[in-house]
Amino acid sequence: MTAYLKIDHLDKSFGEGAQATDVLRDISLGIEKGEYVSIIGHSGCGKSTLLNVVAGLTPATRGGVILDNREVNDPGPDRAVVFQNHSLLPWLTVYENVRLAVDKVFAGVKSRAERHAWTMHNLDLVQMGHAKDKRPAEISGGMKQRVGIARALAMEPKVLLLDEPFGALDALTRAHLQDSVMVLHQKLANTVLMITHDVDEAVLLSDRIVMMTNGPAARIGEVLDIPLPRPRKRLELAANQTYLKCRQRVLEFLYERHRYIEAA
Amino acid sequence: MNMPLIKSENIRVSPIATARVLPIGRPKPPPLTDRLSVIGSSIAARIIPPAVVLAVGLVIWELLCRKSGATLPPPSVVLRDSWELIVDPFFDRGGIDKGLFWHLSASLQRVAVGYALASMTGIALGTLVGQSVWAMRGLDPIFQILRTVPPLAWLPLSLAAFRDGQPSAIFVIFITAIWPIIINTAVGIRNIPQDYRNVGAVLRLNHLEFFWKIMIPAAAPYIFTGLRIGIGLSWLAIVAAEMLIGGVGIGFFIWDAWNSSHISEIILALIYVGLIGFLLDRIVAAIAGFVTRGTAAN
Repeated sequence: MTAYLKIDHLDKSFGEGAQATDVLRDISLGIEKGEYVSIIGHSGCGKSTLLNVVAGLTPATRGGVILDNREVNDPGPDRAVVFQNHSLLPWLTVYENVRLAVDKVFAGVKSRAERHAWTMHNLDLVQMGHAKDKRPAEISGGMKQRVGIARALAMEPKVLLLDEPFGALDALTRAHLQDSVMVLHQKLANTVLMITHDVDEAVLLSDRIVMMTNGPAARIGEVLDIPLPRPRKRLELAANQTYLKCRQRVLEFLYERHRYIEAA
Repeated sequence: MNMPLIKSENIRVSPIATARVLPIGRPKPPPLTDRLSVIGSSIAARIIPPAVVLAVGLVIWELLCRKSGATLPPPSVVLRDSWELIVDPFFDRGGIDKGLFWHLSASLQRVAVGYALASMTGIALGTLVGQSVWAMRGLDPIFQILRTVPPLAWLPLSLAAFRDGQPSAIFVIFITAIWPIIINTAVGIRNIPQDYRNVGAVLRLNHLEFFWKIMIPAAAPYIFTGLRIGIGLSWLAIVAAEMLIGGVGIGFFIWDAWNSSHISEIILALIYVGLIGFLLDRIVAAIAGFVTRGTAAN
């Protein structure tokens, strides 16, 4: 039995010949269905590149990605991405942004009315149904990211790829959105691969944390299981021994063993 | 990082704090008379300064040209001489002896055809150049050279090719307007953020869907900049081209007035040309504002 999403001996280098820079070296990782896995590492370690390879937006140099027994070569809606800067199309309303994805993915499968209902259902899931006729420029950063999540969920992806989804948000909005994502994950049991550089976020949300060494040629340094029961409550965890231990492990990895070396 | 944790502990131990909700009244809309006076003063602020400048200019012009021996007529004479043309722009006595409306509409029709062709071709070529590196390498240097050729220099060549005034004038408009449209479209397409391309890739939009749903809206602000420059240049070129090809048209009207020494008619025609050029620019700007709403503010 192989994993649902399998990253198999993946190498990625940019450039060719003598000028090639190795970004990722020999990354192997298996993710089970319904699992929430975070990838954490210092900036520049290639974690975003890894996500782009899984998304199919960047080709792998060697090795590959297998999702549900099929090799991944190009981007597709079965691996919906929530981009760091929301990437909503500014000329479309909130509804139209989600509807564009729904229309494309469910063309010929769902009727017009069903696609409308499915769009609204996903907007309601992230509590954005009320703003469906607003344009992205008219809503806050947190709301934009909610719509980005709704758009990704609406594609009914096999795996949801989150690229530092909360990175551009203020602390309060971020906490609020993290709670929403936890609730959604609980409810829909999506398989999630999340990139982050926030230790608390990783421990709070994940079933497993994959820690990456510094680049160039970043590898997986350590994989940590988070044995905390779900549903998790932010406030209760603040004093939870397991939580604190996990947090400690990740911090030690990032700040002692693989300290970030400032480039120039 | 630790401070908030300690604080939240304290809050949980302490008895539940009570908070009073302060009522916030709905802000009253200002009375109608106030709003009207605001609108009125903003209109006045726009109208009064140019009106004053215009009045002062007319007075100076009148004083300068009133003296005997002045080569140009003062505004009062212009008004008297061209009164017939002003009050009746619709007369048609056959040939080129028509009211200004007919001349202007003939010019506008040429511009409309040439500009429409330039817009379609320009956006298509601009998309090609913006999208394909090889098309850019091949075409861009040629475009950069051709665009510096003055519009009127194309006229003899197009007369030789078409052997008729009408298509030649349209071709001059076309070749004048197309360069800024091509170049701006190409820049707009090249500047589409990678994020939008990624969205298109994840959704597996095909080429046609990507073109209509992402490329054109994303590049729209640039495309409209090109279209706006293009309409201005077309209007500049048509007057000169018509002077040479003859027939009905505002350009030839001006040339004809010069040949008959009707200086007042030239001045009247120039005012119309200016006003229409301004209107054309505003129309394209208004369409741009409507189409690109939301795109500029990200």
